[in-house]
Amino acid sequence: MLKMNHVSKLFNPGTVDEKIALMGVNLHLKPGDFVTVIGSNGAGKSTLMNIISGVMKPDAGEVSIDGSSIGHLPEHRRSRWIGRVFQDPMAGTAPNMTIEENLAMAYRRGSSRGFQIGVTSSKRKLFKEELQRLGIGLENRLRAKVGMLSGGERQALSLLMATFTKPQILLLDEHTAALDPARAELITKLTNEIVSDLNLTTLMVTHNMEQAIRLGNRLIMMDKGRIILDVNEERKKDLTVEQLLGEFENISGHKLSDDRIMLG
Amino acid sequence: MINFLSNLDGPVELGLLYALMALGVYITFRILDFPDLTVDGSFTTGGAIAAVLITNGVNPWVSTLAAFGGGMLAGVCTGLLHTKGKINGLLSGIIMMIALYSINMRILGKPLISLSGEETLFSSIDAIWVMAVIVIAGKLLLDAFFRTDLGLSLRATGDNHRMIRSFGVNTDVTKILGLSLSNGLVALSGAVVAQHSSFADISSGIGMIVIGLASVIIGEAVLGNGSIFRTTLAVVLGSIIYRIVVAVAYEIDWLETSDLKLITAIIVIIALVVPTIRRSMKQRSMARKRSAELLTGNQGKGGAA
Repeated sequence: MLKMNHVSKLFNPGTVDEKIALMGVNLHLKPGDFVTVIGSNGAGKSTLMNIISGVMKPDAGEVSIDGSSIGHLPEHRRSRWIGRVFQDPMAGTAPNMTIEENLAMAYRRGSSRGFQIGVTSSKRKLFKEELQRLGIGLENRLRAKVGMLSGGERQALSLLMATFTKPQILLLDEHTAALDPARAELITKLTNEIVSDLNLTTLMVTHNMEQAIRLGNRLIMMDKGRIILDVNEERKKDLTVEQLLGEFENISGHKLSDDRIMLG
Repeated sequence: MINFLSNLDGPVELGLLYALMALGVYITFRILDFPDLTVDGSFTTGGAIAAVLITNGVNPWVSTLAAFGGGMLAGVCTGLLHTKGKINGLLSGIIMMIALYSINMRILGKPLISLSGEETLFSSIDAIWVMAVIVIAGKLLLDAFFRTDLGLSLRATGDNHRMIRSFGVNTDVTKILGLSLSNGLVALSGAVVAQHSSFADISSGIGMIVIGLASVIIGEAVLGNGSIFRTTLAVVLGSIIYRIVVAVAYEIDWLETSDLKLITAIIVIIALVVPTIRRSMKQRSMARKRSAELLTGNQGKGGAA
């Protein structure tokens, strides 16, 4: 489904601030894979996401979806295949527009936008059904401005907007990190439900080790721009947080450091 | 004063003439979040195109439409400078404003063209009625446009460009579209103002952006900014109220005509500063109230899920 071959990215090349963001990364995702990504600060997790979504262009290497190379396409042309939820709850929705208007924009993912009316009664019906799936009552607030919602509600809406058109690839970039534990748990639960219901090929960056082990069928660990550990479904089942941390120290030679890392 | 009140249709008529320009400024300033100074140039462009065509015997409706097209073209240029040339938005507008001065002079051929005795939009019907129809039609068309898929993506470009790009919208295109629509409306306003005053003048656009801003801000202060329908109505109303304020100012003996721009600037400053102060005062008193509540143990309700 998603293939990255020998992808590298440098920041500030040739200066004293040169930094390796990604170095020769190879990553192949099969259809329906749900891969969790962990790693320390500056390991290249966000760069990985940005290169797949087209926010950044790789310095070297190939990115392809479904066999066709997408490395040369700008972000807005790739969005046909890629749904994305950001860490910042403010990032995934338009605050001064209503819930139904936000959904109408997501509904048109990747297709051309012309003079058709954005929110029709048939679409409104569909949006209501989809919002009910979230179970937080947003279906009764279709005309509320998204800026009035709480962070958790906005993130739930972002998740729905990113997924309900069934993108080929779903990118989740620490999408529960900015939420308090209870709301983070709600979003995690919804993520799991939606990804398995729609059988979405998913890449999820998280700083929550327990979550990384519990969710998905594959886990990769990154350090200094490389993938240093790739855990398959079978091994992942019996993995504990302690084992994972030990494994990281063994391979990388230093402790996993992330000021926001959560162990459980 | 009584004499003035019985003469309200003057300011209303002017307000309607400039309302189109205010709607244009609203599109860039509020919807695209792009303070576009092209307006000062494109307003004159509109007047110049309409005046030249009319004096050459072209039908006034066709001439007015051509002015709209000319304004759109100016907006496209500003948009290209900003998106493709990666020039700061404010600077792109200033560059186009300056460039348009020369272009406007070329169109006019001389600093002023008189339209007296020419057939204009207002030759057979009272200006106030013609303008009421044009402004209401323009407002409703704009409302409808902002509810279409394309209109939604234009609004989202100003609201959260990162989000709308992740859903497949080329924000360069929506910005250029918004700027061209905005400057089209501004030029349209310039065209009707020229026909109303019976002349097109090279300096007619100076300070137009601030008048547009004043109208938008006054309108929002009076009617609030809820739905698009309500906000565009507020902008039209703001334009009319602005003209009433100006008319009142003219009644004051010691004020000179040239003080008008200063008065406009002061209106805009007040309208921009007061809401900020009010908001921070409200927030502070809210914070004080909540901390007092929390201290006394009356926790009340926090946030919801």
